[in-house]
Amino acid sequence: MARPLVMPQMGYDMKEGTILRWLKHEGDRVERGEPIAEIETDKVNLEIESFASGVILKLLAKEGETVPVGQLIALIGEPGEKVEEEAVPAPAVVGAATAAATVTAPGPRAPEAAPLEEGPTAPGERVRASPLVRRLAAEHGIDLSKIRGSGPGGRIVKEDILPLIAAPRAPLAPEQPAPAAAPPPPSVPPAAPPAAAAPAVTVAPVPGLPEFEVIELSRIRQTIARRMAESFQQAPHFFVTTVAEVDALLALREQINAQVPEEERVSVTDLLIKACALALRDFPTLNASFVPPNQLHIYKRIDINIAVATEHGLIAPYVPDADHKPLAAIARLTKDLIARAREERLRPEEYQGGTFTISNLGMFGLVEHFTAIINPPQAAILAVGSILREPVYREGSEEPVPVRRLRLTLSVDHRVADGAVAARFLQTVRTLLEQPMLLLVR
Amino acid sequence: MAREITYRDALREALREEMYRDERVFLMGEDIGAYGGSYAVTRGFLQEFGPDRVRDTPIAELGIVGLGIGAAIGGLLPVVELMTVNFALLALDQIVNHLAKIYYMFNGQFTAPVVVRTAEGFGQLGATHSQFFENYFAYVPGLRVVAPAVPKDAKGFLKAAIRGNDPVIFIENSLIYRNRGEVPDGEDFLLPLEGAEVRREGRDVTIVSWLRGYYLALGAAEELAREGIECEVIDLRVLRPLDVETIVRSVQKTNRLVIVEEGWKSFGVGAEIAASVQERALDYLDAPIMRVASVEVSMPYARNLERLVIPNKDKVIEVVREVLYQRLLAPVAR
Amino acid sequence: MTSTVDGQLPGVALPKSELLEMYRLMVLIRRFEEVAAEQYALGKIAGFLHLYIGEEAVAVGTIRAMDPDDHLVTHYRDHGYALALGLDPRRCMAELFGKATGLVGGRGGSMHFADASKHFWGGYAIVAGLLPIAAGLGLASKHLNQRRVAVAIFGDGATNNGAFHEALNFAALWKLPVLFLCENNQYGMGTAVQYASAVREMYRKACAYDIPAERVDGQDVLAVYEATKRALEHCRSGNGPYFLEALTYRYRGHSMADPETYRSKEEGEEWRRHRDPIERFRQQLLAHNVATPEELAALDQAVEEAVAEAVRFADESPEPAPETLTQYVYADPITVR
Repeated sequence: MARPLVMPQMGYDMKEGTILRWLKHEGDRVERGEPIAEIETDKVNLEIESFASGVILKLLAKEGETVPVGQLIALIGEPGEKVEEEAVPAPAVVGAATAAATVTAPGPRAPEAAPLEEGPTAPGERVRASPLVRRLAAEHGIDLSKIRGSGPGGRIVKEDILPLIAAPRAPLAPEQPAPAAAPPPPSVPPAAPPAAAAPAVTVAPVPGLPEFEVIELSRIRQTIARRMAESFQQAPHFFVTTVAEVDALLALREQINAQVPEEERVSVTDLLIKACALALRDFPTLNASFVPPNQLHIYKRIDINIAVATEHGLIAPYVPDADHKPLAAIARLTKDLIARAREERLRPEEYQGGTFTISNLGMFGLVEHFTAIINPPQAAILAVGSILREPVYREGSEEPVPVRRLRLTLSVDHRVADGAVAARFLQTVRTLLEQPMLLLVR
Repeated sequence: MAREITYRDALREALREEMYRDERVFLMGEDIGAYGGSYAVTRGFLQEFGPDRVRDTPIAELGIVGLGIGAAIGGLLPVVELMTVNFALLALDQIVNHLAKIYYMFNGQFTAPVVVRTAEGFGQLGATHSQFFENYFAYVPGLRVVAPAVPKDAKGFLKAAIRGNDPVIFIENSLIYRNRGEVPDGEDFLLPLEGAEVRREGRDVTIVSWLRGYYLALGAAEELAREGIECEVIDLRVLRPLDVETIVRSVQKTNRLVIVEEGWKSFGVGAEIAASVQERALDYLDAPIMRVASVEVSMPYARNLERLVIPNKDKVIEVVREVLYQRLLAPVAR
Repeated sequence: MTSTVDGQLPGVALPKSELLEMYRLMVLIRRFEEVAAEQYALGKIAGFLHLYIGEEAVAVGTIRAMDPDDHLVTHYRDHGYALALGLDPRRCMAELFGKATGLVGGRGGSMHFADASKHFWGGYAIVAGLLPIAAGLGLASKHLNQRRVAVAIFGDGATNNGAFHEALNFAALWKLPVLFLCENNQYGMGTAVQYASAVREMYRKACAYDIPAERVDGQDVLAVYEATKRALEHCRSGNGPYFLEALTYRYRGHSMADPETYRSKEEGEEWRRHRDPIERFRQQLLAHNVATPEELAALDQAVEEAVAEAVRFADESPEPAPETLTQYVYADPITVR
């Protein structure tokens, strides 16, 4: 009997995966547990393994094809086994790699959406769509074969078609200055309310704006867009900035790094992780989530996410149990996580989690400070600027002295905590940074 | 004016008022007189109305209903009680073959206006005392089958059933006898024996239920509302005739339907609702119509097992998420 | 045998007119049933046809003894009761033909004759199912202080059924005015009494409920009449129920499709030859000069014509209108869809 292999669910959010590369081909032998393909998801690239041993009888998805989770992608069996046609369900949606859910309205010269080599539905295959969708498609003259369905088995559902139903709308004016920095990506399993309402509709062309090129957002960017909007809309943010003198911190770092092997060399970020983790012990409400309508879930462990910039966007793996880890362990872990993050080889459980995030833009050397958007459903995020050499007037002296200083801005969900808590937390962090021996002690 | 009373009191008031109003009304059932009613609905009635109008019967459900039919043909207005729906099975022959058919097969010459009250329920009572058979009755043309969830409907329906000319199967659930609700004053508060009601408005999904299931649906709706999922909850109220139109109108708005029933899923009332709704509202459905129902086993005694059988609020929530195409985002508390 | 006095039968206080009417009705039933059997064979009657041939004395004797206000519910072998009540044979035949002019508009057929104006609340097809209904009718009569008796006519087969026992118990317990008349034709469908019943005399079963009971010769119309009168008086006087067993025999099979493999031809011959109710009564009437052969022949002829007319009427009557299909499902209006 042929054993089916489906697109596996690799992470809470995953709805579909794109086959980047088959590692085995029809006729090859594969053992259970052996990698059989490389796929791309919203966040990362992964290898997926075969759950059966045998010979690959048939590959049911092509390289470059995007397949919903749960859909059949291969059949494994004994050599020479016949594959019945009915056992192979026609994939409902066959398509190019890029997501097509967001489409902007045609301009004056109705350009095609990004040209597809083949429509989401191959010719001759039956489109799966809910009855509601069929009616709406008929009413609005929409070709269902061009839509990718997000429902089970690729069913096109209401959410998928609503964006295509043109609705004239006033142009979007920027309402408030967006936070200066790229926000950390949403990587935490959300307890936040799922969007049951229809997503944004198309934007009518605005007179005065020039022609434009349409770029399909990558899955990562789509996710970031959605999560950050949710976070900023639902959590009332306030921001508190402090500045820490870090000469002592940097000196300690040099001392440590002179003594330890390569993989244990600590970065400023590592020190910040430890400082924040220790401080959170005293301020547990900042290591928590607000759960509507009136609950606070205070986590029993302190897991610190660090934002890592990759080619395609931000991802934030976390250091679990950070306050109990010695600096060496933190350093080793962050090196590994950051490296694999840049190579897009993180496993979902490494970035889906975390209770507090640190975002560090210091490496650019020029960011004085910035405000970050909270990583939902956390309660706070710490934005770290560059270390700047600044003149500081000490008590009783008319001459400034050069001091290396670091600005930290804490964003807090006001439903969870007030300014006083934020200020005291920062005070604790600052104390730990300015008296860095304490980091080694606790 | 209205007062808040229990479902049980609503039934009691209805019976008392109708017995005072019309001498032809009388009650028959097991333990309804001297014992005061196994669920205390008729407590005090024997003393108040006497043994001719509150008749304790032998344990003979078939005979009880048959006598009710004969008494009705002979000019009385019987309200007979079958203690639980499990025992109603014994009376099915008289209910299905006579009560439902007399008006039709004798060409409209005479009716058998009997009200048959019966109660569903469970609570570690074992397999033969914990069943739900409203579908058996709702299946039969010629019967009216009502299943009120709130005290107001209980009273209004019972009075209307007694005064009406059709046989009525009046289904109750012993677990909601204590539920309270507003009931209008006035002896002539009657409700037509038809019509479902939208009791909670919402945009995202329609949940239909009746009797105790209605309260499960409400509980689920309240919890889901905290996440921004707005459920429209419909109390079905009457099973036969079935008010499909009200459900269809709701589905046209929400595009999703979940049916909550306490009985078994296969061949149950939910199957009928789903079939009827899809006939009329296919183009409005964004997801299959789903049913939340009891696990298809005979009811076990052990408490933990019994809990697994009957639908609860969490199961309703799970199924609502399914029709909204969500994964389970937060582990459901168990 | 003694000679008649003014055309009366000895010991029977019935006028000649009544006696002749009894005779006529028995002949009517007999002829009607024979013709119905022919019509069935011609395909004009379908489904079940349970013939009453041989049992005529029970129907006539019982019903002539009843008050017009008494209630009647019977089993499905009910043509005889309808005719004995004086219902129009044309409408009875039309009902068998499934015509709109039938007793119940063609909706009931052979097994469900009824007429509300005569308090004949129906023939019922579920064996013994009518018995609790009869008890309920008795309950209503008692409750409303009427003097009606609910007469329930059923067969020997019904006495082994749960409903029978529940009904008898209720009637005895609450002292309801119910006459339980068991037509023991000695076969319950295809099973002889001795294979169905632990106790073969039906009247003996009533003692389980302390209901007074007796057995009467079902082939003797006057005996049936007299026993019924007594029984009704008992019930009417507030003494509770009464149980009468009328021993009789059906000449034909249980219904039209019955090959009668369960009994012998000789047995039937015996009853036909020596215990035919019509023939016996005829002999009685002639012997006591209650009627002349010519009078009886005239009655026979009238019956012949009436039954032929009934067939004609039924043949010419229309079928029920299709629009009436969904009438009478509910008495009160329904507005939801």
